Amino acid sequence: MVERTPILNFLTHLILFAGFIFCVAPFVIVAVAASHNLKDVNDVPMSLLPGSDFWLNMKTAWTTADLGPKLFNSFVMAAGVAAGKVIISALTAFSIVYFRYPGRMFIFWLIFVTLMLPLEVRIVPTYAVVANVLSPYQAIMDVTGLSWLIEKVSGVQVQLSLGLLNSYTGLIMPLIATATGTFLYRQFFLTVPDELTEAARMDGAGALRFFIDILLPLSRNNMAALGTIMFLWAWNQYLWPLLITTDASHATAVTELKQLIPNVGGAPEWHIAMAGTLIVMLPPLLVVVLMQRWFVRGLIATEK
Amino acid sequence: MEKRVTFGKWTIGILFAVPQLLLIFTFFYWPAGQAVYWSLTLQQPWGGGNIWVGLDNFRSILSNADYWNSITASLIFAGISTGLAMIIALVLAALTDRQLAGSRLYRVVLIWPYGIAAPALAMAFRFILAPEAGFMAVVNQFWPGFWDPGLDGADAMASIIVAFSWKYVGYNFIFFLAAFQAIPRSLIEAAAMDGSGIIRRFRDIQFPLITPTIFFLLVINITESFQDSFGIVDIMTSGGPANATNLMVYKIYSDGFRGLDYSGAAAQSIILMLLIILLTIFQFRFIERRVHYR
Repeated sequence: MVERTPILNFLTHLILFAGFIFCVAPFVIVAVAASHNLKDVNDVPMSLLPGSDFWLNMKTAWTTADLGPKLFNSFVMAAGVAAGKVIISALTAFSIVYFRYPGRMFIFWLIFVTLMLPLEVRIVPTYAVVANVLSPYQAIMDVTGLSWLIEKVSGVQVQLSLGLLNSYTGLIMPLIATATGTFLYRQFFLTVPDELTEAARMDGAGALRFFIDILLPLSRNNMAALGTIMFLWAWNQYLWPLLITTDASHATAVTELKQLIPNVGGAPEWHIAMAGTLIVMLPPLLVVVLMQRWFVRGLIATEK
Repeated sequence: MEKRVTFGKWTIGILFAVPQLLLIFTFFYWPAGQAVYWSLTLQQPWGGGNIWVGLDNFRSILSNADYWNSITASLIFAGISTGLAMIIALVLAALTDRQLAGSRLYRVVLIWPYGIAAPALAMAFRFILAPEAGFMAVVNQFWPGFWDPGLDGADAMASIIVAFSWKYVGYNFIFFLAAFQAIPRSLIEAAAMDGSGIIRRFRDIQFPLITPTIFFLLVINITESFQDSFGIVDIMTSGGPANATNLMVYKIYSDGFRGLDYSGAAAQSIILMLLIILLTIFQFRFIERRVHYR
């Protein structure tokens, strides 16, 4: 810093250290509690020295909440959402930035509005759409008289129906339907020099060629950042998987966590609950630690 | 900013946007429209037709004491948790920006909470704040009955506020730190040479320059406190005790999916949407005036 301020430096360290404890303490407490046995975890006050039952508790939590398949489901969902966002956002941004067509700004705003209303507030009707994903199209055909026409001509009654409850598609698709990402790419594409496009066109590259061979390789950083953020975001989703996975076979690890809360009147098995919590916490924490650089860069770029 | 060089055939251009448009139509615009329609009709669960009732759903919700209770709870939750998360993160970021020895370590660790799923966090805090085990039990030994989030509404509210703010301190910290680091060091050094102290420099140089970030985070934190709180409430309190933590999102879920009152839930969704949009507009109009853009 600019001047010598020993007292202030000391205070700074003190407050930052308190902040450090504040951030780390919950992780430590969860890990320590996960290593105790039933008696020790309920001791008042609980000992902060690790107990000896860590692996046993991990195993019990793993089997009780059936975490293996659940973690797999979480992984499929998070990877699906991340990949979907990375691809679809790139395509859309390319369309908006590199083409001139009527209604381009209208499309831009159509997409922009989706940032305002998150899934949580339109959860009930979204659930209904996923229960039959073709219902919007059926309704359009009914209103326009198209289904009536088809029935008159061919005698077939049109009943479009495709349920996506308890499916990976149903888990993933509604989460991809927002604009985060499109704007990240758009900002980046706008900084790509026109000369590059000109040169590519002169060499005879078409739109698709330019997109795949030049634009996408240039956006590697953006893809990594967006992919990381979306993976974390999807992994941590709760309300949506809770609703659409009525069947345990497609439930995710985060929603299964609730199974581990000790029942009122039952044994207070907090050591098992904390072991499960630790297992569910670890994958995203690992992603944050490994991808910190990308993640921070992307977080600042997407939302600002 | 516009591109000078573009690709001609506009039909191909639209094709690139089609996947996104199909998705947002099916999973965003259609459900959003449906919510508006349902809020104006009496919807039978699981099909079976519906009756147009106009604004009756809104009337019955707005005359329901439970609903007002849920609005009050949401506002208290949003206000306190946003305030806490913003102030703590601002202080930590300002101090980390002083770049003393060890700043790097703080910077790495203070970001962790962001990666944790709200429900996992809620599980951890449910244990940490349990009245009969762990650390609050120690307090309860000295002062019996002091802390019981299962029975006392204020304690339950305090629990979910702690869990939520904890997560958003990490989130806000990233943005505040980035904002502080974007301020040219020479500016601060020049001010120091002119003899202004640390507090003066913070008030007159750093703070005005980070107001856009403060404004942005305020909007994000408040909106998220209305949505992202769902997992925390569901795991920690399930809306109880006696509806004390029945926040608006949680009430939409419990009325719509447990009570199967689609029309009521849709009307509540519409009110929540309007509230979020209103808050955003309000913040833009009244706070942005004081914001200094670079």
